[in-house]
Amino acid sequence: MRRLIAAASAALVLGLAGLTPAAFAATEGGALPHTDFPHVGIFGKYDQPALKRGLQVYREVCAACHGLKYIAFRNLVALGLGNDEAKAIAEGYQIPDGPNDEGEMFERPGRLSDHFPNPFANEKAARASNNGANPPDLSLVTKGRDGHEGYIYAILTGYEEPPADFALGEGMAYNKYFPGHQIAMPPPLSDGQVTYEDGTEASVANMAHDVVTFMAWAAEPELEERKAVGLKVLIFIGLLTAVLYAINVRVWSRVT
Amino acid sequence: MSTPVPRNKVAQWIEYRLPVFSWMNHNLTDFPEPKNLNYWWNFGSLAGIMLVWQIVTGIVLAMHYTPHVDMAFDSVERIMREVEWGWLMRYAHMNGGSMFFAVVYIHIFRGLYYGSYKSPREILWWLGIVLLFLMMGAAFTGYVLPWGQMSFWAATVITNLFSAIPWIGGGVVEWLWGGFGVDNPLLNRFYALHYLLPFIIVGVVILHIWALHHRRSNNPLGIDIKSAKDTIPFHPYYTIRDMFGMGAMLFVLFVFVFFVPNMLGETINYVEANPLQTPSHIVPEWYFLPYYAILRAIPDKLGGVIAMLVSILVLFILPWLDTSKVRSARFRPIYKQLFWVFLADCIVLGWVGAQPAEGVYIVISRICTAYYFAHFLIIMPILGKLERPRPLPESIHEAVLKKRGPAQPAAAMEKH
Ligand code: HEC
Ligand code: HEM
Repeated sequence: MRRLIAAASAALVLGLAGLTPAAFAATEGGALPHTDFPHVGIFGKYDQPALKRGLQVYREVCAACHGLKYIAFRNLVALGLGNDEAKAIAEGYQIPDGPNDEGEMFERPGRLSDHFPNPFANEKAARASNNGANPPDLSLVTKGRDGHEGYIYAILTGYEEPPADFALGEGMAYNKYFPGHQIAMPPPLSDGQVTYEDGTEASVANMAHDVVTFMAWAAEPELEERKAVGLKVLIFIGLLTAVLYAINVRVWSRVT
Repeated sequence: MSTPVPRNKVAQWIEYRLPVFSWMNHNLTDFPEPKNLNYWWNFGSLAGIMLVWQIVTGIVLAMHYTPHVDMAFDSVERIMREVEWGWLMRYAHMNGGSMFFAVVYIHIFRGLYYGSYKSPREILWWLGIVLLFLMMGAAFTGYVLPWGQMSFWAATVITNLFSAIPWIGGGVVEWLWGGFGVDNPLLNRFYALHYLLPFIIVGVVILHIWALHHRRSNNPLGIDIKSAKDTIPFHPYYTIRDMFGMGAMLFVLFVFVFFVPNMLGETINYVEANPLQTPSHIVPEWYFLPYYAILRAIPDKLGGVIAMLVSILVLFILPWLDTSKVRSARFRPIYKQLFWVFLADCIVLGWVGAQPAEGVYIVISRICTAYYFAHFLIIMPILGKLERPRPLPESIHEAVLKKRGPAQPAAAMEKH
């Protein structure tokens, strides 16, 4: 039994060690520059002010090209926004709807129940305006790329002059961390691009950190609840198992 | 112990018409088990618990899931985000599949170590292999349902294997697809099969347990039960131990579900399926990796498919390939070593299955594949003839007494 427990706990520790972003840190452009996001650890929580700032960066910069389809405006309440603030944000978007009683399609201001719309009418339109590439929806990107948060941060900050012998396509940019290095997204961030209300400096590094935190939330809005419930469940099942083990030993002590 | 007549009037009324109470008493309460089972014998009941777990969480998911190529991925994200406790059900089902395989693999290796496949348990063993095949079908069809990139490309790679069948291969693949590629008809039939297979598994589990209760459990000594002194009633001894086992297993499962729910999955499965974009490498779930390594070790496609199938089918004839008169590895000094070599071989196969099929990885996968088959087809038959087993104890009872000393409590049951 003791051997079994030892083996199981060793496996568990090794397994958990595998979840830190450092394990994924090696990608195309070498080690990732910044993988230290407070929500990543076992008990980590989202950095609330960063989430709010990240929403601002998404809305003012990224939303020009990227959708966020799995997030409804009502979900923004989880970022600490009031209902009215969320409603105001929703009303800032025009949402296609219809047909109405005359059979016409129309646009109307967003409601809390609407999701963030895609800025392009369809994939063809998106490709036509982006040098042939389709800007992916951002609501699952941190979950759907190897390297996760660290990789997305690296992409946003990894723009460089291409090496002399690199044949860069017309209208394309060179990115140290993007597979193949040639990316159709122009450098999206530049210092001072947004004005943060809380006085945080709007450096590229800060904005990248904030928007990545926001995308991580968009991908896993349940993260904090999951970890909190998980802790309670583990304590409960751990105690229950200990009691069952004690009963087990007791019952078996009768056997000769 | 004799079958008690139920005291309760209602129970008596039922018992007279359908003897459920004496049936339960016979099979669950008084059922005599060897008294020297160790904790490796927990894994059968754990597999049963995982089957129930998968069915319960799966039915909840099925109430919210939409099997259509345009909606499947979205519907799974909806489960994760909008359905009350949906993320829990989905992560519980996703990681439950892995837990199920982990438990079943340990269960199988337990059988290999203690010779549980040998007479008179060959049919019990066969039913177990049938269960493994059915589980693989259930897991594969399930993995396709969320319709992520890896779902799509795994389905493409695996269904394409059927094209290796001479003459009719191409037709078979189109028939499986219900069209000319992996598309909506395939998703629909996989969903139907994914709902069906677990219930077929339930049926085979019932046969498996029937065979088990007919010839009783093997035990770490691998010797037969000789008298009532060798046994102990299932309840309370093994009921409490199985409950403890369940607690321990759930603890491990919950660590994954709540803290690292995507560790065992593929990142790219969070990108919706795209038939126009092949992922840079296609790998199956961890529990299929050893077979995948065997498949890729053989340079010929048909040969690879056959080797992969035979790697499991060979287990059916293992009871006759193993020529030893003794069941338990405890009394087989050489087999006891080679068992671990074989286990290591399987683990290396799993590791190499996750590597790209190039360079030194191909060499390693070929060596390990060769050893895998040699273990069954060469080593087992010869070893049984050459090896001189250590003397077996007179009876279970005697061995237990000797080891424990009369006054000692049952502390070191599982030591060997
Ligand atoms: C001018 C339009 C535009 C803007 C603004 C823009 N992007 Fe992009 N983005 C693109 C395009 C186009 C691609 C696809 C690149 C490719 O495939 O080569 C892309 C790709 C991406 C990717 C995926 C990289 C990968 O590995 O596949 C991420 C993540 C991303 N953008 C995040 C952002 C964030 C965060 C912002 C806001 C700070 C932003 N983008 C602003 C156009 C834009
Ligand atoms: C033998 C037992 C079972 C096994 C091994 C199994 C395995 C799996 C696996 C590996 C997945 C993919 C998980 C993912 O990546 O998302 C899956 C998905 C799914 N399963 Fe099962 N399953 C079993 C039983 C069932 C049953 C009985 C049902 C319902 C009747 C069910 C319903 C579903 C549904 C709806 C999905 C898609 C949703 C999702 O992907 O999360 N499963 N299953």
